[in-house]
Amino acid sequence: MITAGIDMGSRTVKVVFLEELKVDGAPQLKWGVKGKHIMFPEDLDADLAADKAFEDALKGAGITRDQVKNVVATGAGRKQVKFATSDVTEVGAGARGAVFMCPTAKTVVDVGAEEGRGVKANAEGKVVDFAGNEKCAAGAGAFAESMSRALQLSLKEFGEASLRSDKTIPMNAQCTVFAESEVVSLIHSSTPKEDIAKAVLDAVASRVCAMVRRVGIEDEVILIGGMVHNPGFVQSLKGALGVDKVLLPEMPEYISALGAALIAAENNKA
Amino acid sequence: MSSGEKKEYWRWQESCWIDESKDWRAAKIVTAGIDVGSVSSQAVVCVDGELYGFNSMRTGNNSPDSATNALAGVLEKSGMKLEDITYVIGTGYGRVNVPFAHKAITEIACHARGANYMGGNKIRTILDMGGQDCKAIHCDEKGKVTNFLMNDKCAAGTGRGMEVIADLMQIPIAELGPRSFDVDEEPQAVSSTCVVFAKSEALGLLKAGYSKNKVIAAYCQAMAERVVSLIERIGVENDFFITGGIAKNVGVVKRIEKLLGTTAAETKYDSQIAGALGAALFGHTLMLKQGASATKAA
Amino acid sequence: MIANYGYKDGSGEYYISIDTDKCTSCSAGRACLTACPKEMFEIITDDYDDEVAAVKQSFRRSLAFDCSDCKPAGGYTSLPCSTACTPGAIKHSW
Ligand code: SF4
Ligand code: SF4
Repeated sequence: MITAGIDMGSRTVKVVFLEELKVDGAPQLKWGVKGKHIMFPEDLDADLAADKAFEDALKGAGITRDQVKNVVATGAGRKQVKFATSDVTEVGAGARGAVFMCPTAKTVVDVGAEEGRGVKANAEGKVVDFAGNEKCAAGAGAFAESMSRALQLSLKEFGEASLRSDKTIPMNAQCTVFAESEVVSLIHSSTPKEDIAKAVLDAVASRVCAMVRRVGIEDEVILIGGMVHNPGFVQSLKGALGVDKVLLPEMPEYISALGAALIAAENNKA
Repeated sequence: MSSGEKKEYWRWQESCWIDESKDWRAAKIVTAGIDVGSVSSQAVVCVDGELYGFNSMRTGNNSPDSATNALAGVLEKSGMKLEDITYVIGTGYGRVNVPFAHKAITEIACHARGANYMGGNKIRTILDMGGQDCKAIHCDEKGKVTNFLMNDKCAAGTGRGMEVIADLMQIPIAELGPRSFDVDEEPQAVSSTCVVFAKSEALGLLKAGYSKNKVIAAYCQAMAERVVSLIERIGVENDFFITGGIAKNVGVVKRIEKLLGTTAAETKYDSQIAGALGAALFGHTLMLKQGASATKAA
Repeated sequence: MIANYGYKDGSGEYYISIDTDKCTSCSAGRACLTACPKEMFEIITDDYDDEVAAVKQSFRRSLAFDCSDCKPAGGYTSLPCSTACTPGAIKHSW
């Protein structure tokens, strides 16, 4: 049986197919790594984009639409995916996918461009509790993006630069817009870029950490969302949470789509 | 980052005025209030509890100098010397850095007091929207604060938020207000509060074929809605008075008035002096009290 | 006077309001100062020369994060600050 998960973001669509295989007689879910990630131009209609991505993914996986039993959509544009059987929130899909990838984790930290949140999940990857800071760029990856632009570094360079610093400079501004001026004045006072980068990532980490503390830290911590690619942030997050290890999933972009596909498989059984 | 153009909006007309009909030399008590804000600084001189003169100018890099320069304008025009002023109160974000001030009072209390003088004792609600913050104040008939809130964390709903859109549209900030009415139909407000996300939303609207003016209208409406939600927290009661930079942006002011179903009180003076005026009036009251206790003690 | 300390940003409204009329004649022995684990409150002399509690400046722009330990996502029934303040001067907007 094959099911699919579609993660419909504001600019990207990700598709994952999931197949249930029999391993030694016991049914086991195998992720076919038949993911497909496309960026679509802003003027393309969301449901058209979803359709196109799905077609491409089917072709890539060598299967047909009829073979796919259930399609669950997630992400900001999940309601726009017309051919989906049902939909699930990003929080639910993210946690499900994360725990599937790293079964020892119960605390899921999800930091994307637009939101930062802490999720407590049970062993099945169901959400027990979550707390987040949405719609304010200062509590999410967008903060780091803006600041890296002010420093004229790519996000990758920004993260790496931060790792080279061992200074702790507090950022006073709690708003992305005001923080930009603060960063500019730090540059003017010849503060090394590394130290500024670390200050910025520490600030995001401490805000995210406050949200994680609201759900409580239990067992292992896994980070999902765009910030997985930022080693500087991972370092800052460890510091803020006071843990030695933060698990990072493989192919982090697909975690939510995978979670949706897993939920699709479950729905199919029920 | 900071082009001269976008600062232009917050550079109010620098203005200096004195009331020629009054003779400060004949006055018993001369007090001054200095409001050092993040963008502009004002000095007000009161004689016997009446507004005598004011000066308004851009805040420089250094608060003490801005305070000195602002007051110097009034002194020069009136022939007064610093020693002629009995009491000086500093207010605004740079209030502790006013070198010759005897006391500092928060801008919240000063704005209420100043608005009460300028707009009359029916003023109950005051909105002060500055370059980097936004304040909503409720006061009684004496201009005493009964409820207030401030928002200086978030750029949305401040002059800074407006600068961002002016920059994005590449339109001088002073033109935003008038342009926001030059639209075929009033658009829906931009839905994101956050300036960062509102900026992407505005870009999206432009791509979707909105005219620049229409995007500005959508942004002004969002700004107005946001400010109104803040005022509602402290309760809106007439009369209503607006001070600070936003008073100069009709695009936001008119929309706020429409949402509240009321019009802001008029004043013949420049409403931006409210803070400094309030400070000078506080100084006057203080001198009266001290005078009274001094006589009692004697 | 109702003094609202905090902010509203894209994510929500976070204000701690202090009713200074209840606060001036504190009958709780300024319990808020020690009740808050973050020591967020201080006693100030306000513009009308009353001695009242206020939220320290350094917390006013980050309340959503600063109070997170007292506000678990699973829900809570009371807060240390407003419980300690028996006159009922301290309220949270979120
Ligand atoms: S403008 Fe600043 S504080 Fe406001 S929501 Fe955006 S990032 Fe947050
Ligand atoms: S909720 Fe907790 S941290 Fe916040 S002010 Fe009250 S006691 Fe302090």
